[in-house]
Amino acid sequence: MKNKTVYFDYASTTPVDPRVADKMHECLLLDGNFGNPASRSHEFGWKADEAVEKARLQVANLVNADSREIVWTSGATESDNLAIKGAARFYKDRGNHIITSKIEHKAVLDPCRQLEREGFEITYLDPDEDGVISLENIKKHVKDSTILISIMHINNELGAVNDIEEIGKFTRENKIIFHVDAAQSTGKLPIDLSNLEVDLMSFSGHKTYGPKGIGALYVRRKPRVRLEALLHGGGHERGFRAGTLPTHQIVGMGEAFKIAAEEMESDNKKIKELSEIFWQEISDIEEIVLNGSFKNKVPNITNVSFAYIEGESLIMALKDVAVSSGSACTSASLEPSYVLRALGRPDELAHSSIRFSFGRFTTVDEVKMVAQTAKKVVKQLRELSPLWDMYLDGVDLEKVEWVHH
Amino acid sequence: MAYSRKVIKKFEDTLNNPQLHNVGRLDPNSKHVGTGMVGAPACGDVMRLQIEVNDENIITDCKFKTYGCGSAIASSLQMIEMLKGKTLEEAKKIKDREIAELLELPSIKIHCSVLAEDSIKKAIADYESKKA
Repeated sequence: MKNKTVYFDYASTTPVDPRVADKMHECLLLDGNFGNPASRSHEFGWKADEAVEKARLQVANLVNADSREIVWTSGATESDNLAIKGAARFYKDRGNHIITSKIEHKAVLDPCRQLEREGFEITYLDPDEDGVISLENIKKHVKDSTILISIMHINNELGAVNDIEEIGKFTRENKIIFHVDAAQSTGKLPIDLSNLEVDLMSFSGHKTYGPKGIGALYVRRKPRVRLEALLHGGGHERGFRAGTLPTHQIVGMGEAFKIAAEEMESDNKKIKELSEIFWQEISDIEEIVLNGSFKNKVPNITNVSFAYIEGESLIMALKDVAVSSGSACTSASLEPSYVLRALGRPDELAHSSIRFSFGRFTTVDEVKMVAQTAKKVVKQLRELSPLWDMYLDGVDLEKVEWVHH
Repeated sequence: MAYSRKVIKKFEDTLNNPQLHNVGRLDPNSKHVGTGMVGAPACGDVMRLQIEVNDENIITDCKFKTYGCGSAIASSLQMIEMLKGKTLEEAKKIKDREIAELLELPSIKIHCSVLAEDSIKKAIADYESKKA
């Protein structure tokens, strides 16, 4: 299958790097490394275990951690669940208050909702207008009963970066467990867990050219962080997570993270250039708004709102380009992006946001082509838009009495 | 969103050839023109329909502009095709269900056809209020 659609949705998932796929293939067949890493009684198990431990080291190396601090999971969603529910339930005797932000991924927000049902109290912080959670804001909401703070490193919709170093210093001083969802960070920003005072960090394989269905949770050893496990059944992963380890997935994630460590700099240099070209080409579109800010975001994500156009129609018009819309019109609910809402964007901008995300295999030609197409369809859709007419006529949309449905 | 071919075709026709597909404006102050605008930016759709009516109460022209998802734009065009040449009495009988069925709208997009029916009613009411 050859895709004619240009893929600009790398923040959603990345293709597996061919070098990763090769390593994975070696762990599937009878003449390959297919054994159960937990089998201690024969060579098949030993070889599989060796491959798993090598991958654990590769993951640990990218983030400068000890490989014994890496726990395999099924993905960042499970890592977030294990970190948040596991820490809250283990430390519940110390307090019942948890702080997170309104713009976390659902894999953080939904476990928090679950903990609320179990009697925990959760504070959901507002971001600033750039999508950043400030330490001041955290400090204002900390209480004696605060046991856990969960703040993402890079926001998946905006690319906004939080200062986890500064937050970590504060949480350590105050003996609060600090969890960071770093699903979007690996291979995008350097992470040094030997310096960061982060206790728990979630990683995903498939956001960094590894396979789907595999992730990891970093669990700090010094000072030691403890968790109540979610899955029981054999005591794998030092009791943190039971279940037979999927050697091929793990080897894939290990290889992907090894490549990320080696190629992060060159990848990011290229992506930054592409992102600058893209913005140069599209920024002369009238009434375009960047969601987030250039001074504090990663270059692989560009989230923009084209005022007076609804996001889903824009995605439909950009038919040969795969992008994602903050407007969840694409899913079953008809709500605009909760992330953009939290930034305080008015509804018509929240409804019109598009996330363009680039990656390792994006080319200059693709960037230029998509920019030209975007310009064309924005113009076409505005010609259909009564709101654009009203804007040109100088009507203040805030003052119109709308007939709500 | 997985749409029917009909929705995609109507959306693309409108996008690529707006003049041929009744996108535009009529003079809202003319006594022969009724305007109906429904929806809200907060909900993600706004539909504006204008009808031009002659002395025999027949709709001789209509124009629209729609802010909204692909199915809102397709529903607008579907509505326009159904309105042309109809008398006001006939137009009043157009139901959202008909539009939804003709376009095979997915159930979470039914509100697009509801919006279309409402805009017809509002445009006719506006025209009739000018006559009265």
